[in-house]
Amino acid sequence: MNHPGLPQLIIILAYLAVLLFLGVFSGRLFKGTKEDYQVASHSIGPFLLLMSMFGTTMTAFALVGSSGEAFKEGIGVYGMLASSSGIIHSLCFFVIGVKVWKIAHHNHYTTQIEFFRDRLESDFIGLLLFPILVGLVIPYLLIGVISSGSVVQSLTAGLAPDAFPSLRPDGSVNMALNGGIPPWLGSLVICVVVLIYVFFGGMRGTTWANTLQTIVFMVLGIVTFYVIASRLGKQESLFANLRVLAESVPEEKITRIEMSKMKFFTYLLIPLSVGMFPHLFQHWMTARRAATFKLSVICHPLFIMIVWVPCVLVGIWATGTLVPPKPPLPTNPNTILPFLVKTQTGMVLGGFLAAGILAAIMSSLDSQFLCIGTIFTNDVLTHYKGKENVTDSQQVLYTRLFIIGIVAVTYFLSLGNVRSVFAMGVWCFSGFSALFPIVFAALYWRGLTAAGAISGICAAIVSWCILFFQAMQQDALRTFVLKLPFGGEEYEVMPVVVMLLSSLITMIVVSLVTPKPSDATLARFFDDPEVA
Amino acid sequence: MNRSSRQGASGVWIIAALVLLLLILHQDNWFWTDDTLVFGFLPIGLLWHAGISIGASLTWALATVIAWPIDEDVERKLVAEVEEDEVAS
Repeated sequence: MNHPGLPQLIIILAYLAVLLFLGVFSGRLFKGTKEDYQVASHSIGPFLLLMSMFGTTMTAFALVGSSGEAFKEGIGVYGMLASSSGIIHSLCFFVIGVKVWKIAHHNHYTTQIEFFRDRLESDFIGLLLFPILVGLVIPYLLIGVISSGSVVQSLTAGLAPDAFPSLRPDGSVNMALNGGIPPWLGSLVICVVVLIYVFFGGMRGTTWANTLQTIVFMVLGIVTFYVIASRLGKQESLFANLRVLAESVPEEKITRIEMSKMKFFTYLLIPLSVGMFPHLFQHWMTARRAATFKLSVICHPLFIMIVWVPCVLVGIWATGTLVPPKPPLPTNPNTILPFLVKTQTGMVLGGFLAAGILAAIMSSLDSQFLCIGTIFTNDVLTHYKGKENVTDSQQVLYTRLFIIGIVAVTYFLSLGNVRSVFAMGVWCFSGFSALFPIVFAALYWRGLTAAGAISGICAAIVSWCILFFQAMQQDALRTFVLKLPFGGEEYEVMPVVVMLLSSLITMIVVSLVTPKPSDATLARFFDDPEVA
Repeated sequence: MNRSSRQGASGVWIIAALVLLLLILHQDNWFWTDDTLVFGFLPIGLLWHAGISIGASLTWALATVIAWPIDEDVERKLVAEVEEDEVAS
């Protein structure tokens, strides 16, 4: 058991086995209908909805990325990404989620495209949105698949140096990864496990697994925080450890001296992306009642705080003088947390933390796989073949086949360029945020027209492409900002501002000059007391 | 307009004002360069934003009481309708 990497591997495998059992067991409750497979027959209660929505919105970034970004940027990362999400995510659940639940429940919608097609009396909007939504979800999926392979490799390093050597470009051995399960194998195992429990359990299995995984990564995050504080601080009490560690951190990491105020402000628009996430839309549809949302709306900001504050503190401690100089800190910020766990804690905790990080990753992957399978089945296959020509059990079969296809495609894409995919994260979120005005207007503005929505979507995507191309040219996908000169100073603005304004202005202007949907449709969505 | 819908409308305005306040407080330029460690270990900028998270949670808790967008009767009817459809199918 003392063999390097072995305890970690055993814990990871045991955790994956628990997930498989949960998925197969939830599959035994499957009623055989499309509605049961895709939205768990609208049977999910408040606690499961809270845990599954939180797990879905928190990716690997919640544990690994938060500590890594805090290591690089300091405490400002919490305001930029976490407290802003606490306000905006719940705002989206409240303003978009509850209203969407009501309309979709009444009309039996499962996907966004079904809603937009009916609301705007346009078949084309479905054809337009389909590749855009799938195209924006795939980078999000890739982040999870690639991260899972990297985490497994890093935390099982030393397991089998002869079978799995890890060499640097100059040919020397990379001791931090040597002997660890290679990323292609780690990612493959994770994809297969997620595929199995989504395949058998559908939305019910996904929700149960998400709940377990959210509990796992929240608890393990706090345990890791406590152990790292004790090992680095070397004092008798937790409080004394926290004090010495905080005093060791350089000034720029406990303030925001190096952070642009305007960039911090414009980051507020990024969390609006949850309003257009297709996988979250599908989770909203699982709620038994509208009141089921209340617990999620209230607790989501608190849960973000519970996960993020310890991770941000660990990240800034790593910049302090109490971190041992040997072995040297890794240059990649995303490996700071696994590095500290590996060097400051035991092999068993390392294994549990690997399970925690994988839990955060898989709790997003499963919903996204299920949602893309659902979109393919409902919005393309069944829509064009005709509902009357596809039985319920055929729709379940097609959803499962599409899920296998999308898992395979994502896995093979993950074997390509790794570096650029991480930078794609913010870009993919910005794309979803740019589409936010469309869903908001569809729910609250009678004046929205099909042409207005289509032009708004096109404006969002064209501006996204132009800015993305500029960032690529500057080789700055991760750090790209627009610089606005004003009053002798230069202000850094996130690209999402331009994308969202393009979409919003185009949508309003075109809607004002084009014909509205029929009175019957407007009455159905705005005047019917059960929907309006 | 009946009493409950008047209360709902004023509730929405209260929540909108509180969310706006949270967004203003979120841009805490006043703590930007402050390196104070509260309780000796928590940077004040981080504590402030943790407070924003708690404030957001309280605001949304209030929203579920005074500005919940769905009337309970309508919701009951909707749920019953869907359950009937499921039984029929």
